[in-house]
Amino acid sequence: MRTGLILGAVLAGLALCAAAVSAFWTPHDITRMAIADKLLPPSGAHWLGTDHFGRDMLSMAMLGAQTSMAVALVAVAIGMALGVPLGLLAAARRGTWMDEVVMRGNDLVFAFPSLVIAILITAVRGPSAVNAMVAIGIFNIPVFARVTRGTALPIWVLDYVRAARVAGKGTALISLQHVLPNIAGLLIVQATIQFSLGILAEAGLSYVGLGAQPPTPSWGRMLAEAQTMMALAPHVAIIPGLCIVLTVLGLNLLGDGLRDALDPRLRVVR
Amino acid sequence: MLRYLSSRILSLGLSLLVASALVFSVVELVPGDPASFMLGTGAQPETVEALRRQMGLDQPLPLRYAAWLGAILQGDLGTSFTYKTPIAGMILERLQVSLPLALMALALAVAIALPVGTFAAARRGKAGDGLVMGAAHVGIALPNFWLAMLLVLVFAVRLRWLPAGGFPGWSAPAAALRSLILPAIALALPQAAILARVLRSALVETMGQDYVRTARAKGLSAGQALRRHALRNALIPVLTILGMQFSFLLAGAIIIENVFYLPGLGRMIFQAITQRDLIVVQSAVLVLVAAVIAVTFLVDLAYGAVDPRLRRP
Repeated sequence: MRTGLILGAVLAGLALCAAAVSAFWTPHDITRMAIADKLLPPSGAHWLGTDHFGRDMLSMAMLGAQTSMAVALVAVAIGMALGVPLGLLAAARRGTWMDEVVMRGNDLVFAFPSLVIAILITAVRGPSAVNAMVAIGIFNIPVFARVTRGTALPIWVLDYVRAARVAGKGTALISLQHVLPNIAGLLIVQATIQFSLGILAEAGLSYVGLGAQPPTPSWGRMLAEAQTMMALAPHVAIIPGLCIVLTVLGLNLLGDGLRDALDPRLRVVR
Repeated sequence: MLRYLSSRILSLGLSLLVASALVFSVVELVPGDPASFMLGTGAQPETVEALRRQMGLDQPLPLRYAAWLGAILQGDLGTSFTYKTPIAGMILERLQVSLPLALMALALAVAIALPVGTFAAARRGKAGDGLVMGAAHVGIALPNFWLAMLLVLVFAVRLRWLPAGGFPGWSAPAAALRSLILPAIALALPQAAILARVLRSALVETMGQDYVRTARAKGLSAGQALRRHALRNALIPVLTILGMQFSFLLAGAIIIENVFYLPGLGRMIFQAITQRDLIVVQSAVLVLVAAVIAVTFLVDLAYGAVDPRLRRP
């Protein structure tokens, strides 16, 4: 499984580097159109070819990585910032009405897929990358709350938690000092998985026009624009899709590998 | 069983009630006034006032919610602002595309995942297992709309076997089914990849259980033990995933309908968003969310039927 972890780290690292580098440098300027150079196949001047406006596909893909990752990262942050405290609270107050309310509320949010949340937000506030972040982030909240509660519950019955209780520490302090550090590893693994799901979700949202708006490049919108000309120039449809697949695949492999490395007991039976 | 059933039904009712309140309140989040939002900036004040009255916006909020919910319970989802037709009828018409598509995809996903997952579990650790599970890893990472585009490129544009999009209507059943094949495959493959992985690990786990060992000791071959004893028990986690994935399938169908220009619920929602027809968006989303909640309820019931230990509320 080591190969999976390494392959995952390399793929995810590449995407992350592309996103980071694109913040200050891309091979070509994508704000300048060159219609004469439109739909060129990959060549020495344009490694991944050009799109229907003659823009360099490599530069577009790099900037698309930046958009995808920014959206997915903020969505994970929203999910963790709200979901982890809720999960800790539910675990600390397990069996009480508060636990019940938190978990039932989570079930309810699960009934709203992130695309449906995005549709609702867009219907009233208009499409934007920020709304995509919020929509995916809201969907992430119950995921993190559930994982936090589930992994925190067994910690609460351990001796050192009881000792802390005897020493006079309150519920909040125990949650922060003893429970949270012990479940942090699994939360990081979940964050990797939600990050990869967030990239898929962002691509879907921007494909249907509910995500980042022009001129901000995004993988999903590159695919939407490629749809009418993929018969003429298949590379405009293939490259953004490959970017999504390789990034998501890398993050998933990384998540699986990290989980195995952090806790061999959780290793998927093989 | 009766207590389990009544507690589940109570929770179903509560979830539906809270979800409906959430969907209802979204329109309240519109900056300014929903009526002027829907009509745009150039609207006459009298028109806005008339729409406000039609939408009941001159009434207090709790009263409006009660009236809205009451009407829905009688099958009245309101009237589309753009088309001036009852929304319930529009949704029913669109469901004739979306529902068969979702069901075809679901059936296809199960039909692929069952043999693939079983194959991988039976050959655990061998080359066949590695190959199949590697493919499943890639399948999970595939965005279904991109897969859809590639399928169109190969099977519609190059080979010309199947239509690239559009829907002829059910009056021509064979052509209608043909136009749903590519969308269903695009929706089903990523689902099948997830299902196959879950089925494989569930099978591998049950194969290590004592009762499977006993079955083997009685003289059953590994394949027989897998089919007769392990598969049944491994289906429980598969059922869980299937239920959870229904919401992803619905969301996926919304996007896929846009790739293939299928006149389903998803396309209706996007058209309604561009036309600022908030009432249609609200009703269609409510139908989607209610469907997800209902499926979760059915999966809960199925657990109770499959595994008596889960009947305790």
